[in-house]
Amino acid sequence: MQFASKLIEEAVTEISRLPGIGKKTALRLVLFLLKEEKAITQALSHALQNMRENIRYCDVCHNISDTPICTICTGHRRDQSIICVVEDIPDILAIENTAQYNGLYHVLGGIISPMEGMGPGELNIESLVNRIATANPAVQEIIFALSPTMEGDTTAFYLTKKLKAFALKTSTIARGIPIGGELEYTDEITLGRSILSRIAYDGK
Amino acid sequence: MYLENISLINFKNYDELNLKFSSQVNCFVGENGSGKTNLLDAIHYLSMTKSAFHAVEQQTIRHEAPFFMVQGQFIKEKKHHIFCSFQSGQKKVFKHNKKPYEKISEHIGDYPLVLIAPDDTDVIREGSELRRRFFDSILSQIDKDYLHTLMRYNHILKQRNSLMKQFSMQNYFDKDLLEPYNIQLLEHARAIFNKRKSFIFRFSPLVKKHYANISDGKEAVELLYQSELDMERYEAFFIQNIKKDLMMQRTTSGVHKDDFEFMIDNYSLKKTGSQGQQKSFLIALKLAHFDVMKDDKGFKPLLLLDDIFDKLDDKRIGKLLDMIANNVFGQLFVTDARPERTSRIFEHLPAEVKVFNF
Ligand SMILES: Nc1ncnc2c1ncn2[C@@H]1O[C@H](COP(=O)(O)OP(=O)(O)OP(=O)(O)O)[C@@H](O)[C@H]1O
Ligand SMILES: [Mg+2]
Ligand SMILES: [Zn+2]
Repeated sequence: MQFASKLIEEAVTEISRLPGIGKKTALRLVLFLLKEEKAITQALSHALQNMRENIRYCDVCHNISDTPICTICTGHRRDQSIICVVEDIPDILAIENTAQYNGLYHVLGGIISPMEGMGPGELNIESLVNRIATANPAVQEIIFALSPTMEGDTTAFYLTKKLKAFALKTSTIARGIPIGGELEYTDEITLGRSILSRIAYDGK
Repeated sequence: MYLENISLINFKNYDELNLKFSSQVNCFVGENGSGKTNLLDAIHYLSMTKSAFHAVEQQTIRHEAPFFMVQGQFIKEKKHHIFCSFQSGQKKVFKHNKKPYEKISEHIGDYPLVLIAPDDTDVIREGSELRRRFFDSILSQIDKDYLHTLMRYNHILKQRNSLMKQFSMQNYFDKDLLEPYNIQLLEHARAIFNKRKSFIFRFSPLVKKHYANISDGKEAVELLYQSELDMERYEAFFIQNIKKDLMMQRTTSGVHKDDFEFMIDNYSLKKTGSQGQQKSFLIALKLAHFDVMKDDKGFKPLLLLDDIFDKLDDKRIGKLLDMIANNVFGQLFVTDARPERTSRIFEHLPAEVKVFNF
């Protein structure tokens, strides 16, 4: 694509780095901003910059947060006795959208896969164990909402071992999720149902 | 079932080729290097989703060309149009009646074939990997579950080997982390072992029958399945091996070490069999393969014979021709570098013979 202006070209290049946005769409967005008042562009770039500078992760569950501890962890209506373990932040959004779950979360930040150099040390596992050891009121139940793959099973098995010392009820969400389908893309109804009908995980 | 036609673009030595086949006998004749075997390989693609001869897709693209494409239409009650193309650096595309497969492996076994090629005696003479591949390929074609179990086993094995390497290189050990791999690997190994064992039980009598027919029954042959999983308390043996696995940085025991031994009069065919005996045994293996496919699918697989007349003596060729004349096979593809030999052999055959000159 040829542009009459170096400035426009630069803006288009930056915007088209975003996932799902090609050069054409980026150009449309740029032209839109040009047509609108300056304040719109200023507000947008300010919001983005502010977000990037000030965002942080919850010290407890590793979800995105504005404060040291996120709103889910501090939520008064949240059931503190139950933790849902997920691979990544988008999984929390997917489960929250089902409105079927009212407990807490823990973001592992990945899944165990030696082939890709992902071991327990690379994941937020220690913080999960510490969290359960010191929780008051005590945690009663853990739900594993991990992808239905060999790696997901392995990770759930490993965590069950690490949590053996705390008499917890552990379960894994039922496999309403299509094989190979990732949590993020699962439709809300299926996921909501599988959260409700989770099956006990004995990890023999 | 038969293959009605094929069309190739940039496939090995062909820039473009369109052929319509006989549902009975098809002969490809032409001098060495004219592309007869390549055409058989194109048919192999349509059936098995890959080359019979090389593991690297790139080698199938005609030199200097950007992609290759194979299409063909199988008749199996209805018409089944199969499309396969590959462009370097991209994923292979495989379609059935214009619809891409979710997993290409789903296609395997639906349009089966048996190929007998000159280099195939490697399966007798070379290492155990070729024999595992030979039996895995047959089992995968008759049992999709087997293919999936095998693919999962190999995946778990890769993960476990990576873990062993990390343990050994970083000099630490985490029993809890290893355990899920042990459990899953053992579970899949047991399933594969059971299927291989019962398959050989069924396959072995067929091989004996065909060998007796081809060789006029002079020697007794035997086919043995050898697996560590046959021992009592294999699971304990596997666990004992962990120390060794750590040292070797890989999984030293399991069905990936299985072998199949071929015996002739109680001696190893590989070590003591003559060339003729090895060839007869190979034909017997392939014909047994044909029988199993036919029984399981309820129709005859395609049979591809590459350069068979060059490699076999008249007596064995005669046996095969008897089988062809007796309608044992379905659609047949035969290559030969010598046209006059082919026309002599098929002259008196009561079948529709179509000859393609290259
Ligand atoms: N990727 C490729 N691009 C172009 N040509 C290729 C490619 N791969 C193989 N060939 C050519 O194909 C020819 C070999 O074809 P093929 O093996 O089918 O011959 P054939 O007719 O079976 O011969 P023979 O009678 O000796 O068995 C060789 O000339 C080789 O150079
Ligand atoms: Mg050839
Ligand atoms: Zn939190």
